[in-house]
Amino acid sequence: MADPKKIEELQEIARRIRCDIVWALVHAGSGHPGGSLSATDFTTALYFHTLQHDCTDCCWPERDRVIFSKGHVSPLIFSLLAEAGYIGREELKSFRQFGSRLQGHPNLECPGIEVGTGSLGQGLSIAVGMALGLRMDGLSNRIYCIMGDGENQEGSTWEAIMSAGHFKLDNICVVLDNNGLQIDGWVEDVMGLQPIADKWRAFRWHTIEIDGHDMAQCVDAFEQAKQVKGQPTVIIAKTVKGKGVSFMENRAEWHGKAPNAEEGRQALQELACPAEYLDF
Amino acid sequence: MGEMSQREAYGRALADYGAINTEVVALDADTSSSTLSNLFAQRFPDRFVNVGIAEPCMVDVAVGLALEGKIPFVNAFAALVALRAMEQIRTCVCYARTNVKIAASYAGVSDFKDGPTHHAITDIALMRALPEMTVVVPADAVECAKFVPIIAEYEGPVYFRLSRAATLPVHGADVQLTLGRGITLCEGKDVTLVATGGMVGRSLLAAEQLAKQGLSARVLEIHTIKPLDEALVCQAARETGAMVTAEEHTVIGGLGAAVAEALGANCPAPLERVGIADRFTRTALDPESLMDACGLSVEDIVAAAKRAVGRKG
Repeated sequence: MADPKKIEELQEIARRIRCDIVWALVHAGSGHPGGSLSATDFTTALYFHTLQHDCTDCCWPERDRVIFSKGHVSPLIFSLLAEAGYIGREELKSFRQFGSRLQGHPNLECPGIEVGTGSLGQGLSIAVGMALGLRMDGLSNRIYCIMGDGENQEGSTWEAIMSAGHFKLDNICVVLDNNGLQIDGWVEDVMGLQPIADKWRAFRWHTIEIDGHDMAQCVDAFEQAKQVKGQPTVIIAKTVKGKGVSFMENRAEWHGKAPNAEEGRQALQELACPAEYLDF
Repeated sequence: MGEMSQREAYGRALADYGAINTEVVALDADTSSSTLSNLFAQRFPDRFVNVGIAEPCMVDVAVGLALEGKIPFVNAFAALVALRAMEQIRTCVCYARTNVKIAASYAGVSDFKDGPTHHAITDIALMRALPEMTVVVPADAVECAKFVPIIAEYEGPVYFRLSRAATLPVHGADVQLTLGRGITLCEGKDVTLVATGGMVGRSLLAAEQLAKQGLSARVLEIHTIKPLDEALVCQAARETGAMVTAEEHTVIGGLGAAVAEALGANCPAPLERVGIADRFTRTALDPESLMDACGLSVEDIVAAAKRAVGRKG
């Protein structure tokens, strides 16, 4: 079990990251809050507890790799990278501006990004290639791939799930951000995926189901996944889209819309963000 | 014919080069006994990945391998990889500029017997439109083999278009190849035949026929369709004043289009395009007669040359 003090510390980081997400979105005037806020807690556990990495050397060969297959959560990704020290926090204000290296969806211009994403259904196949490459070289680095649940509707996702199971890639750990919503509404209404865990298990994956906002469960799940041998692991994290901002929670319309200044102020207030965030 | 097929020349060369460059890995989508990537797989099983019938997955797996420092050669039927995996190629190969080599076999109508679903007649157009992509179409077995190390050692995405068939031999073993640099195969002053792939050999035969009819035809081989050797094309346009392109591909978007764009922008000259008309192909009993039926015969090139000469100002 994780140390309670460490859990508290991670919860505080997650709160700061949510502030950064809202702040960057208000400045950009566009972007994707819903999935960014749903994935904040487990990605905080990943970056600030589990991951082997070095913000001063994003090419460190022994680093673990992170691929955000759901690349639209760029406000979250860049906020994590800022908190981890890959980029300056002030740079978040340049998100989506012309000339910025913080593109609408992340690409290799930004340190800490392993591969550009944004087109869904591709991150896991790339993770499979990385995992095979690392295995060919006898390296034990782990690969974490963050996916959305709606993304499981893409056929190419299942090609990748099948291949990781077939190749027994135990160096891959997927986290499925199971917030249950996609742009057009509830996943189960648009194109139902349940029982999702059974589907992954049928493709030879080890599955772990957690509350994706319970920091201790997130930390433990990553540790458990490391112990699994002979098959890849998927952590199915039950989450709330827009988590932490009352008027965004469980609302599909906040998938890809930035808060305006007033909404931004309310969100920052709800998140108990410091006054310095109110610079817009 | 007795010539080695392009796929066999490529398959052997990839396996041989794999022994020299241990970063090279090969992928296939359940077609390794057709693309002959199995020659590599037999020698280097630990550096071979068969993803099953899943071309989009294969391309992205190759991207992951490239990001880990490997030099992946993706092997598949051109008609499938260029269409089904197009978005993967755009986003994760070209936009990310990963070092992925796409060996697209069975291109053109070389898989004659399987029909239009298996004929790749739009792939050059599609690949040429992608930023960062280099498009290479070898003329014969010698080039197929000699391009393997060149492509592997070039840093960046490459689409390498291969025929299932044996194409007419064009080069001796000592041919010097440079990406992006066309080759003048024979000099001529009345008209220029600009050809790629299996149409290079046919254009040389057309030049012989034209010579008998009193027309001196220059023959340029363009193995690298992108980036196009515009300097060589424009020099030929200025010196001969009439141009013909020849390719085993639709007349839309391929070599003919690339040359037309260069001529239109820099060195206008009458241009006739020999290629597959804007319609689907048919099943046939052999590749040579199918090419003829598609309007790619030596006589078609000769007739196009005469039309181009007739249009000179």
